[in-house]
Amino acid sequence: MTDTLHHVSTATADQLPQVHLPRNDGMDLDLDWVANVQANTSAIERRAATLPGRRSVKKTHQAAWLAKAITLIDLTTLAGDDTPGRVRRLCAKARQPVRADILDALGLPAITTGAVCVYHDMIETAVDALQGTNIPVAAVSTGFPAGLSPFHLRVKEIEESVAAGAAEIDIVISRRHVLTGNWQALYDEMREFRAACGEAHVKAILATGELGTLRNVAKASLVCMMAGADFIKTSTGKESVNATLPVSLTMIRAIRAFEARTGFKVGYKPAGGISKAKDSLVYLSLMKEELGNRWLQPDLFRFGASSLLGDIERQLEHHVTGAYSASYRHGIG
Amino acid sequence: MTTREIFESMEYGPAPESSAEAMAWITEKGPVFGHFIDGAFTAAGEVFETRNPASGQALAQITQGTADDVDKAVKAATKAFPKWAKLTCHQRAKYLYALARLLQKHSRLFATLETLDNGKPIRESRDIDIPLAQRHFYYHAGLAQLRDAEMPDMAPIGVCGQVIPWNFPLLMLAWKIAPALAAGNTVVLKPAEYTSLTALLFADICREAGLPKGVVNIVTGDGATGEAIVTHEGTRKIAFTGSTSVGRRIREQTAGTGKALTLELGGKSPYIVFDDADIDSAIEGLVDAIWFNQGQVCCAGSRLLVQENIADDFHRRLKARMASLRVGDPMDKCIDIGAVVDPIQHQMITKLVSENKDGETYHAPIDMPDQGCFYPPTLITGLHTAAPLMQEEIFGPVLVSTTFRTPSEAVEVANNTRYGLAATLWTENLNLALDIAPKLAAGVVWVNATNLFDAAAPFGGVRESGFGREGGWEGLSAYLEPTAKALPAKVITPPDAPDMPDADGLDRTAKMYVGGKQARPDSGYSQAHYSRRGTLLGHTGLGNRKDIRNAVEAARAAAKWGKTTGHLRAQILYYIAENLSARADEFTNRIKDLTGSNQTKAAAEVEAGIETLFTYAALADKVDGTAKGVPIRGIALAMKEPVGIIGALAPDDAPLLAAISLIAPAIAMGNRIVLAPSQSAPLAATDLYQILDTSDVPAGVVNIVTGSHADLAPTLAGHMEIDALWSFSPHTDSAALERASASNLKRCWINHVGNPDWTNLVPRTALAHTTETKTIWVPYGE
Repeated sequence: MTDTLHHVSTATADQLPQVHLPRNDGMDLDLDWVANVQANTSAIERRAATLPGRRSVKKTHQAAWLAKAITLIDLTTLAGDDTPGRVRRLCAKARQPVRADILDALGLPAITTGAVCVYHDMIETAVDALQGTNIPVAAVSTGFPAGLSPFHLRVKEIEESVAAGAAEIDIVISRRHVLTGNWQALYDEMREFRAACGEAHVKAILATGELGTLRNVAKASLVCMMAGADFIKTSTGKESVNATLPVSLTMIRAIRAFEARTGFKVGYKPAGGISKAKDSLVYLSLMKEELGNRWLQPDLFRFGASSLLGDIERQLEHHVTGAYSASYRHGIG
Repeated sequence: MTTREIFESMEYGPAPESSAEAMAWITEKGPVFGHFIDGAFTAAGEVFETRNPASGQALAQITQGTADDVDKAVKAATKAFPKWAKLTCHQRAKYLYALARLLQKHSRLFATLETLDNGKPIRESRDIDIPLAQRHFYYHAGLAQLRDAEMPDMAPIGVCGQVIPWNFPLLMLAWKIAPALAAGNTVVLKPAEYTSLTALLFADICREAGLPKGVVNIVTGDGATGEAIVTHEGTRKIAFTGSTSVGRRIREQTAGTGKALTLELGGKSPYIVFDDADIDSAIEGLVDAIWFNQGQVCCAGSRLLVQENIADDFHRRLKARMASLRVGDPMDKCIDIGAVVDPIQHQMITKLVSENKDGETYHAPIDMPDQGCFYPPTLITGLHTAAPLMQEEIFGPVLVSTTFRTPSEAVEVANNTRYGLAATLWTENLNLALDIAPKLAAGVVWVNATNLFDAAAPFGGVRESGFGREGGWEGLSAYLEPTAKALPAKVITPPDAPDMPDADGLDRTAKMYVGGKQARPDSGYSQAHYSRRGTLLGHTGLGNRKDIRNAVEAARAAAKWGKTTGHLRAQILYYIAENLSARADEFTNRIKDLTGSNQTKAAAEVEAGIETLFTYAALADKVDGTAKGVPIRGIALAMKEPVGIIGALAPDDAPLLAAISLIAPAIAMGNRIVLAPSQSAPLAATDLYQILDTSDVPAGVVNIVTGSHADLAPTLAGHMEIDALWSFSPHTDSAALERASASNLKRCWINHVGNPDWTNLVPRTALAHTTETKTIWVPYGE
């Protein structure tokens, strides 16, 4: 399972997305498969509820895992009041997410976050601010967050974002296609989005909080993967319910089923609501348990989060000093 | 390993729970322990070592309880009983509440001590065993509070002897002690010899709770100590959880003593996966079914039944899941499977698996500890029902698997077992789930979940998994007995044949009533019956074992009766009453002739028979199941199911009323019955043939075999197809009947101290013997 990533020594090289894996080409829409998908909510909730009690990571292991979590963060700002200055500050944090003295004390090399995630208008600023690193810029697109702008404009938005230098595009699906069971429409839409992305990798945001049932989440996950999504992602962060463990379990089981059928490894990105270091450990163990270690690398797993990093920094300092840390001791992003 | 290396490898690393506090407790209170008798710890006697199975390390020295120790404990409990029983419900409730609180306050100590002694993962002790034990005491504090209001006509039994297993040491203690105390009994409990420590810690908190001396006594030791408790004449109720073979021996040892008995025994519980299930969740469920507590769970889903069309895919995915299970130090918070309780158990599991030559054995390809009692998660596929491993309980982390084609075949394969403890089924089809659950021979059924437990939900088995329920009102009633006084079972000697019998009129001979037809007795012998005045009243056949065999076969063929509606059964009972009423005079005269009683008394018996039929007709569609308030999003339905085929021996007296009092509750609840009517006056029952014929009673539901009870009783008691044995006959040996009933662990209702007053039998008493509770858990949510 493990691959060549393990011996790469430079921090930035660790985070090159999908350099070793074939991209998901997708497959024809298989409506029978979609129709037969089951997701038993109470059983999924039980598994999700007991997982934190079954897996525990302590001491040095915890510090290493938390550092790993940082490399998996899509450091994000998606606010109406974003300015170039704000985005540059975020990018600076992405380049150096943890104080150098803490990393030294841990014996870890320099690390960066997995990506920076912004709106279209901030792409150029971000790309510029991240010059000299391998940190990709991800852009939310396709009329994010509702995805209800004219279809041709949504496709155009992708093309413009890619042209502006975004290496990753986070698209939003049309929830109505899921809610009306129009899987063909969802598939076609996703196919077009993927095509518009070209070489840029595409993350399909399902907005799971608006899909009504876990069964719908599972079906939408499969259809998006059939249509060539490189990642599937829970939420825009703007829904009232964002990433949860049961939703995550449902989606990563779909990823596992898709890999078993096609051989393609598809990435997963929970977004929204993950703000504690401890939560990030649970997510990592969930990935490790259900999909294996390969999904603990940034080409297959990302956290969509903004405040998670701060909590991890405090935990790492605590690990080094033995004293609980304060937020102002760490640079803000 | 450096942080850098772990950053690359992303391994879990150790996450040990500290054992310091538990070890400190052992040192402080022991490490050599005596018993807990009459509110105090005794000096240690002859001791044995209790060890941590994960390391082999000795933890403490435990006293081997002698007959003398048991006697002291029973005496203390006997002395404490009257005062404890006389407390108000509220006073007892307060003690139970205090125990619940103390269990909660010391939860971490209980959890670590349990894991050290038993080898189960700390996660399970911490998140499952100990919280469930606390919940049990809280729930039973409530039952204690409500006992008088909700269970009138019932009283505590006395000293309860309780023997519990090593797989859930504290939880099984809670299941035993909480209901016993809530009902107003006192107890002598023996923990399993491998795992005595949490019971001793519990004894310690009984003192902290200020529990009166002698109410709870803990005597440690091995099977011999348990036997001393079971056979001590001072114990009035025995509750046992453990193996079927020991349970059977306890049934034999208590035979004829009049001790109340509940047994929760072994199982080979089916885990059924239909092709429309959420497969990933069903596989995860198996982790909780067979790899929970190292598979050392009486209700473990140990027999996997997968629909054939998905079997290959299911097994492939299951094997992948097994590869990520973690076996190791039970005190580590990051493992799934701990140590098997003792090297002896480990050897047993190893032997059973290595002797199996069928199917394909797969051990999870995972890291195993170098030493200690660890057994890898194992799956054996491709077994058929005839394979020994499909039938024998392994009691370890070993899952056996077979396939089925259709829902009805799933039921057939699932029920192809001597056991009947639990069953699990996975389907997303509600119609299928609710159709299958009632058809499974099991006391507990989980739909789309497994191994869910709660104090409010009755738990217990059918068939050779034992009888009695633990949890809920049903569990409490196993610690209470009716207050109604029993009457002596009278022997009535029928009149001798006169020198010159008066035999005018046309000969009428009552044969056996088998499968809705009259059948000549196999023996070819008949017996004449005379009135007190010397009139020949008729003949009845002298039944033998073959007549019983035929009757049971007829009863078996009438299995559909159990699936009929309560409404239909009520209609038929009313119809019987109607037809009996139409012929009341004839029956009155018959009773007069047979018993010599006067017109008023005889007519009253017929009238009482009609009323009894009405009572059970009324109840036929009103013995409702209940939805239990379990703490999940879902329902736990406690359904009342018929016990099956009942073999019954009637008393000599009240020849019509007693027969009706046995037949009516039995068939009202969907059972079939093979009745040996009054030995001295069988004609009162045989006259019912025509009434049954004309009242739409389906063939085989009621079967009547006349003859000598001494001849018939052993066949009834030993017959493996009979599920329950009732006897009110003065001509049988209760002890022998109960001993023989142990063969397939029949539910017994036997007249040890006397018979009910047939004119005043509380319906609840009879109904308790005609139904068994099946708890069906249905978590839901979309």
